[in-house]
Amino acid sequence: MITRSTPASRAAAIVALVLFAVLLAAPWWGATSTLRLLGEFMVYLALASLWNLLAGYTGLVSVGQQAFVGLGGYVLVALSMFTGLHPLIAVPIAGLVAVLLAMPVGKLVFRLQGAYFAIGTWVLAEVFRLVAAQVTVMGGGSGISLPATVLKTMAETKFWREAMIYWLALALGAGALALVYGLLRSRIGLALTAIRDSEIASASLGIKIDRVKYAVYVAVAGMTAMVGSLISLQKIRVSPDAAFSVNDWTAFVIFIVVIGGIGTIEGPIVGTIIYFLLREFLADLGSIYLMILGMLAIIIMLVAPKGIWGFITHRWNISLFPTGYRVNFKD
Amino acid sequence: MSFLSLEKLNKRYGALVVTDAVSFSVAEGEIVGILGPNGAGKTTLFNLIAGTVRPDSGRVLFKGDDISKNDAALRCKRGISLSFQVPHPFNGMTVFENILVGATFGRATADPETHALQVMELTGMKTKANQLAGSITLLERKRLELARALATAPELLLLDEIAGGLTERECQSLLSAIRDVHSSGVTIIWIEHVVHALLSVAQRLVVLNFGKLIADGNPEAVMNSRDVKSVYLGEDAHV
Repeated sequence: MITRSTPASRAAAIVALVLFAVLLAAPWWGATSTLRLLGEFMVYLALASLWNLLAGYTGLVSVGQQAFVGLGGYVLVALSMFTGLHPLIAVPIAGLVAVLLAMPVGKLVFRLQGAYFAIGTWVLAEVFRLVAAQVTVMGGGSGISLPATVLKTMAETKFWREAMIYWLALALGAGALALVYGLLRSRIGLALTAIRDSEIASASLGIKIDRVKYAVYVAVAGMTAMVGSLISLQKIRVSPDAAFSVNDWTAFVIFIVVIGGIGTIEGPIVGTIIYFLLREFLADLGSIYLMILGMLAIIIMLVAPKGIWGFITHRWNISLFPTGYRVNFKD
Repeated sequence: MSFLSLEKLNKRYGALVVTDAVSFSVAEGEIVGILGPNGAGKTTLFNLIAGTVRPDSGRVLFKGDDISKNDAALRCKRGISLSFQVPHPFNGMTVFENILVGATFGRATADPETHALQVMELTGMKTKANQLAGSITLLERKRLELARALATAPELLLLDEIAGGLTERECQSLLSAIRDVHSSGVTIIWIEHVVHALLSVAQRLVVLNFGKLIADGNPEAVMNSRDVKSVYLGEDAHV
């Protein structure tokens, strides 16, 4: 008999459901600042989970995911300003646009490998940023704010607007986690985990590696753009430098995944929590804060290369989101 | 039409010629043994057949089709499976999951989980089912290579040095597993330095030296040929 859950995972599922219900009700128990913080937390949780899927499982170390974050933001602002579309409907459309764009872009960057792929994706994101700065109807280099009329179409009152943006963040954060978890438990996940561990063995056992990687790249681009469109709603504006920021949408995300534990589902969750704790307590230190982040990343890479969660699973052999198979011979 | 035929396969790494116009055919249902000193090009030959290395020139034909342009994954789906000399286990996955990968993405038509359980039974990996592949011994990892390759339900199985380091009893159980696989209709090519194990199942022997095929035929005749003796025992040997 083969089982796929463990006592720890069943407990984790219950905790996750309770937590989700509590978070769903946050607009009624949390202040505006709490909602903002939780919303931002969800943004990073989603971006980190997606980047981890890309880099941690398929080995595609992209330093250019900000290309799709920015694209999503621009698509949402443009659609809601010029077509009067409800911003929430613009979110999936932004995802679709990114998927369509990622298909040719993927063909291009997939000609590069390893470090060249990393630099190539970064350069491409810079191209996206420079192109966005040329679009004068979107404010050119200085960007543009979402007009108040657009915000009014979302909901009349400030409470409901904030709640809607927050719920969108919650949906994308939980959605990214659910997507990654569901994917990794599926047939594709078996292939992804195998590719993570050995590409040559995967290929010789019949896995079409290139096709799997390409599909993951395109799907992650779509989800990343949806998160990007959410960010533009949270900030109520887009500008080339902020929307396509390599620091905000890729460097911090890599930090989160590396310290949390690359190639595990739990890693990005742990990493996001640590990142926000550090930020809350240390951000006032300015550039020293960034130096502490860098130092911490280096120490973790040296002491526990698989991150904090990697260390925990190695030590206690627990998994909150088990994707594996357990064989029981009792029957 | 032969089952597998290699036509003038050439492969060089820089100035080093690894396989030098190697040609031979294998009939369906045969067990062919490959012998040769270290560096003779045996493992490279397997990689050329399985598609994990591309030849500089020459062709590989499988059941009449030219598969030279097929990648490793497609060759696996066509029925060719390689058990690597140096194991490449999926370290973060359990033994069962390793086998399940082969059962899921190879050419097996049965339910992958059931099939993987059967293969695990056949190869004696059952007691290790839930252990991470990264935590088992080298010998177990070699057995896992064989199990994964079998899980893809191959028609042609390439075994690269799987008997080294086994005790006599383990070797006998390996041989009986190989005979079982063969009698289920799988064609086998086996590279092995443990000559007595190889000779106990091989119906034909092929010998490589410096990338060239130097002997091919009935095992007894090949082992007694002057060329083979000089390769193994020195130029002037008269035994």
